[in-house]
Amino acid sequence: MIVNEQAAVDHGLKKDEYAKICELLKRTPNITELGIFSAMWNEHCSYKSSRLHLKKLPTKGKKVIQGPGENAGVIDIEDNDAIVFKIESHNHPSFIEPYQGAATGVGGIMRDVFTMGARPIANLNSIHFGSPQNKKTKNLLRGVVHGIGGYGNCMGVPTIAGQTSFDSSYNGNILVNAMTLGLVKKDKIFYSKAAGLNKPVIYVGSKTGRDGIHGASMASASFDEKIEEKKPTVQVGDPFTEKLLLEACLELMAGDSIIAIQDMGAAGLTSSSIEMASKGNLGIEINLNKVPCRETKMTPYEIMLSESQERMLIVLENGKEEQAKKIFDKWNLDFAVIGKTTKSKKIELYFNEEKVADIPVNTLVENSPMYDRKWKKAKLPKKNKIKKEDLKHLKIIDVLKKILANPNVCSKEWIWQQYDHTVMGDTIQKPGGDSGVVRVHGTDKAVAASVDSSAIYCWAHPLTGGKQVVCESFRNLISVGAKPIAITNCLNFGSPENEENMGEFVECVQGISEASEYLKFPVVSGNVSFYNQTKEEGIKPTPAIGGVGLIKNYQNMITMDFKEVNNLVLVIGKTEGHIDQSLFARNILDEKNGPPPEVNLFNEKNNGETLLKLIDNNLIKSAHDVSLGGIITAVSKMCIKGKKGINIKKPKYLINEIEYFFAEDQGRYIIEINKKDFKKVADILHKNAVHFDELGTINENELYINDKTKVTIDELSTSNKSWLTNYMSK
Amino acid sequence: MKSSVITFPGSNCDRDMDVALKKFGFKNKMVWHADAELPKSDLVVLPGGFSYGDYLRCGSMASKSKIMQSVINFANSGGMVMGICNGFQILVETGLVPGVLLRNKYLEFICKNVFVKINDKKNKYFKNVDNEVLEFHIAHNEGNYFCTNDQLKKIEDNNQIAINYCDENGKIEDQYNPNGSLKNIAGIFNKEKNVLGMMPHPERMIDTSLSGEDGSLFFKNLINNLK
Repeated sequence: MIVNEQAAVDHGLKKDEYAKICELLKRTPNITELGIFSAMWNEHCSYKSSRLHLKKLPTKGKKVIQGPGENAGVIDIEDNDAIVFKIESHNHPSFIEPYQGAATGVGGIMRDVFTMGARPIANLNSIHFGSPQNKKTKNLLRGVVHGIGGYGNCMGVPTIAGQTSFDSSYNGNILVNAMTLGLVKKDKIFYSKAAGLNKPVIYVGSKTGRDGIHGASMASASFDEKIEEKKPTVQVGDPFTEKLLLEACLELMAGDSIIAIQDMGAAGLTSSSIEMASKGNLGIEINLNKVPCRETKMTPYEIMLSESQERMLIVLENGKEEQAKKIFDKWNLDFAVIGKTTKSKKIELYFNEEKVADIPVNTLVENSPMYDRKWKKAKLPKKNKIKKEDLKHLKIIDVLKKILANPNVCSKEWIWQQYDHTVMGDTIQKPGGDSGVVRVHGTDKAVAASVDSSAIYCWAHPLTGGKQVVCESFRNLISVGAKPIAITNCLNFGSPENEENMGEFVECVQGISEASEYLKFPVVSGNVSFYNQTKEEGIKPTPAIGGVGLIKNYQNMITMDFKEVNNLVLVIGKTEGHIDQSLFARNILDEKNGPPPEVNLFNEKNNGETLLKLIDNNLIKSAHDVSLGGIITAVSKMCIKGKKGINIKKPKYLINEIEYFFAEDQGRYIIEINKKDFKKVADILHKNAVHFDELGTINENELYINDKTKVTIDELSTSNKSWLTNYMSK
Repeated sequence: MKSSVITFPGSNCDRDMDVALKKFGFKNKMVWHADAELPKSDLVVLPGGFSYGDYLRCGSMASKSKIMQSVINFANSGGMVMGICNGFQILVETGLVPGVLLRNKYLEFICKNVFVKINDKKNKYFKNVDNEVLEFHIAHNEGNYFCTNDQLKKIEDNNQIAINYCDENGKIEDQYNPNGSLKNIAGIFNKEKNVLGMMPHPERMIDTSLSGEDGSLFFKNLINNLK
């Protein structure tokens, strides 16, 4: 194949990028080299549009062992234990082929985690679909859920939490973000930095096939009507092989023969070898004839660009090959010495005794393009004035039932029942709560994790939205009694070449930075997914935040179900009555404009930390953060989970009932306490200047509002639980 | 009491079973599928998971692995062999217990708590369990028990049904059947009742912090019966 400007454009490169390649190489690249450049320089691998802005994220902290730049982030959870975690997108493949796309997303993120020496202990996911009325939605949802389950269940890693949303902006581009947490000893963490000359470079895992070629490039472009033709770019997963690879790698890691290890994810052998060389400031020489191939007559181009799954690249100490090979033989996996480290600082590939590529590593990494894209600043929309008449005809209970049955609020049991969430025997908080919680095996500690996003808020005002998502993650961890430690982010946006989309990205990142800086909740890993759009239609900006926190003694974990009749229920945090962009405004009033609720970082931190104090003093029986649907929705969910009722009295406020109950002001929690503890609790809240309302008292099985309106919890439960099951069975 | 848990490639509940057995007093050994000899054991457990990726048919390839000949001999000489979930699927593939396990009726993986009624207590697994109904946990995609009418007649004549899916009061009805199993069967014995295959995972129910504690009841009772 002739390499020229057109060939480069067909590979997704821009004309000036091609010119730069020729300049850097001082010659025209051959086809294999062009493929390598296209794989390394695409948006997905090079972060060329986002790098500049990602630098703003706070990434350091007392508990941070490893921030962004490695396969995953690592945090300290004391006693020589560490948690390795990361979230990653697999949006484009999942829209083309939902089962395999989602499955390999889960497989990929687990590999990122065990590459670092950690055994995966929990999976989470954030998945977003088009409107339920869209004809593709149901099949995509079913396929994605089956794919996530198919992979995670087989690996024997529990899926402990997640988030599912529906919005028409995802009609042409669904989002599938997968997150994994792994457990490792602090002194047994493995990195991808190669070191030493003439060290053997080892290929282990599955054989290389022709699947997934150009997967990373595909994920760096928008969709159009030819999307069906892109199916071959979707990788095919084999969780069984990955399970073997996991066990074999951990067995090898127990010894001291590994210098560096890197999984072959996006852009396969290309990016894994180049990253190891780049980090070690070395060269790598590979004999492609040694690469185990599944199919015959694979070309160097295909071998380098294949995204076949379940493969790893290892730089080993000299003389350890036989010992390592024995382990992989035991697990029936391929093991091949394919090359060595060199001092050339080049990536040199040989095939049939010919040199087929010769590229200086720095041209692919440090010299990869970086763009300061144009972006538009978003204005804060004006507040809507809600007319009192519009609210008069509304009956609270009817509205509540509608909200509980809203696709974005309703119970997602249909989904998480298909995920094995109890394997490994340490899941102490299952999906459906504020965070999933798993014990640190054999200790009193537990790790809480949640994943959140608020595309509506981010769309209405990206800066506020970005802050809000981080705060929501913070709250979800605190609600289960965990001290928040760090986050991972998956930044899903439209095209960076569109000024508005780019503006959404820049300002969301700004918001995330501000909040994580203030809350001391640093970003330790993440991923950017641009071009989430079909033709000109982009998704709503959807940064997903995965938060991780620690519970020192798992016996003190909090759940959201109401526990005991006659206990008191309080609202922590002030309710101002912010209705714009609430679920109520958008779905009941059909009002889609206005600003999202304001985020006050001081209150977030203060309210959250004070709640943790209450929990430490054993004063909290149940807790839940207030989010979509406001106070009454949060309380209803606590009733449904605990199979208890509540007598609610609206406190004396200037705002009306509807505003009080459905507003989505931030920084609020619902807590349940024993009556005899009221004084103690009130004292602590006063002392810390935390506003609270007395909301009501728990009863057997009915929800009363101001003694006059009532509904049984069974009815609310039915509203909440039936929508998704009915939708999927139709 | 000595127990052995077999690890096949793709087993993923082997560690959980090891933890549970040790918690209730068993001296447990992990045994690799490619070994030929079983260590001296009072109980052999085939754990849950996806042995050989569940490729071909669930449990089919594992049933032919090297260690299984020793397990089969052990069972045939009266040794206690228990298969949980994928272990149950392996047992039906060996023919040690009758029937097959089809894909769940609604074609979806199910992970949740269920109630099971103990059908027969004249065996070492359930003898002396006070409860009639246990709350167990299932997590499977192929747990839909099926057998021929002739087999079913034999199973019933010999009282080989171990547990049935039911409600919390022990009522065995279709609505409490999570996967479409014939007669709500959740577990069965061989004719001699030394081999038990069941879909539920008692090893996930051994702690109040987990899904429940009826697994503890089961294991405590089991080790006492074996003494």
